[in-house]
Amino acid sequence: MEPIIRTEKLDLYYEQFHALKNVNLDIPEKAATAFIGPSGCGKSTLLRTLNRMNDQIAGTRIEGLVSLAGDDIYDKNMEVESLRKRVGMVFQQPNPFPKSIYENVAYGPRLKGISKKQELDEIVEESLKQAALWDEVKDLQKHSAFGLSGGQQQRLCIARALAVKPDVLLMDESTSALDPISTAKIEELIREIKHRYTIVMVTHNMHQAARVSDKTVFFLNGEVIEAAETKTLFSTPEDSRTEDYISGRFG
Amino acid sequence: MVRRTDFDMGLNQLRELLIKMGTRMDEALKEAVESLKTADLVKAEEVIRRDGELNVLEEEILELGSQLIITQQPVAKDLRRIIVAFKISSDLERMGDLARDIAKVTVRLDGQTTVKPLVDIPHMAGIASSMISESLRSYMDENTDLAYKMAKDDDEVDELYGSMLRELYALLLEKPEAAPQMMLLQMVGRYIERIADHATNIGENVVFLVTGHRPDLNS
Repeated sequence: MEPIIRTEKLDLYYEQFHALKNVNLDIPEKAATAFIGPSGCGKSTLLRTLNRMNDQIAGTRIEGLVSLAGDDIYDKNMEVESLRKRVGMVFQQPNPFPKSIYENVAYGPRLKGISKKQELDEIVEESLKQAALWDEVKDLQKHSAFGLSGGQQQRLCIARALAVKPDVLLMDESTSALDPISTAKIEELIREIKHRYTIVMVTHNMHQAARVSDKTVFFLNGEVIEAAETKTLFSTPEDSRTEDYISGRFG
Repeated sequence: MVRRTDFDMGLNQLRELLIKMGTRMDEALKEAVESLKTADLVKAEEVIRRDGELNVLEEEILELGSQLIITQQPVAKDLRRIIVAFKISSDLERMGDLARDIAKVTVRLDGQTTVKPLVDIPHMAGIASSMISESLRSYMDENTDLAYKMAKDDDEVDELYGSMLRELYALLLEKPEAAPQMMLLQMVGRYIERIADHATNIGENVVFLVTGHRPDLNS
């Protein structure tokens, strides 16, 4: 699998705190990569680094390289808005806009300048189908997104992110607020779409990482301890710290 | 280090059940061969009767291991510890059946004296018996050296079985009237050779437990 995202000698500081230490990582294209590790290990920090969400945090300093398909995303000529069209994000809590289901999904394409109704309709339908939500909402598209359940809202957020056809979808604990059935639906949709998009997910649920990801990266204290094919990492990890963590014997 | 008390206790229980099973299996083999040597029908019947104990222990191991998988969702070596316990218990159960089959031969011989003194069979059984304890020790200590040593012991059992077959064949030409008895003794040799193979399987499983990779020690 070819890497689409690459970090080289990446260090990140929040003021004096050294949050990421010499991270050298390849993230394969059109596959799901999971970041695991205890709280404060740097996994969410790295995820936010991939679409420059950390820019908003005062005192953040970055050294080293993060590239997306060969483009340095911290280059001074890189526009953050265009970067975020290429690298979408879904958060822990569903955050639909206070608009209709249709408008939530059409929002991004409209910003990109698409205005023809038929074209928008097609994008909305395709995105909702990819997010495994179409069958449930196809007759409710004018209804408010807030009328959906939490799990449906999260899938709507995924549809919204997919509507701008990103290269990469970042998922930050995107099922941790959901019940097991909603979680299973999102895991299923990840399995469906990971052949078309690059997915990078942070999860505290190791079994979720084992179920849906192709590659797993274990972080500890800001360092990458081990990055391997998921089935290898969960069966024969090389580092004893990885084994302790995934076996629940860490701490 | 966080200790997973419930899980560690469960794994210990699993180990204890395996040791109990292995110890009973070893006794069964020794008693079965002893019954054959001394034409002791009472002892042979006892081995046959007690085979059920091994089946019950195997069930207990399957039940406990399944519960641990369901409730603790182990991964990596923790998961292999349970998978390997399943495999070992199934090997021990089969070995128990073979010990029972040896005791059945004692019963079928029904007190006959053997055409020749039994030498190779007790010798093979002695090696197989030490392989059983080594296999369990290798599991307890997660010691792959012992597992590899057992592959060599298994070769020795195979050679003894081969020479025993040649000897029985020669005897068969000399005393064709003893053919039925010799066939039974040949079967006993085969049973012990199979027991040693199962012990070697246990060694293979220990290597898998420790490394995550399966060697073929039986080839």
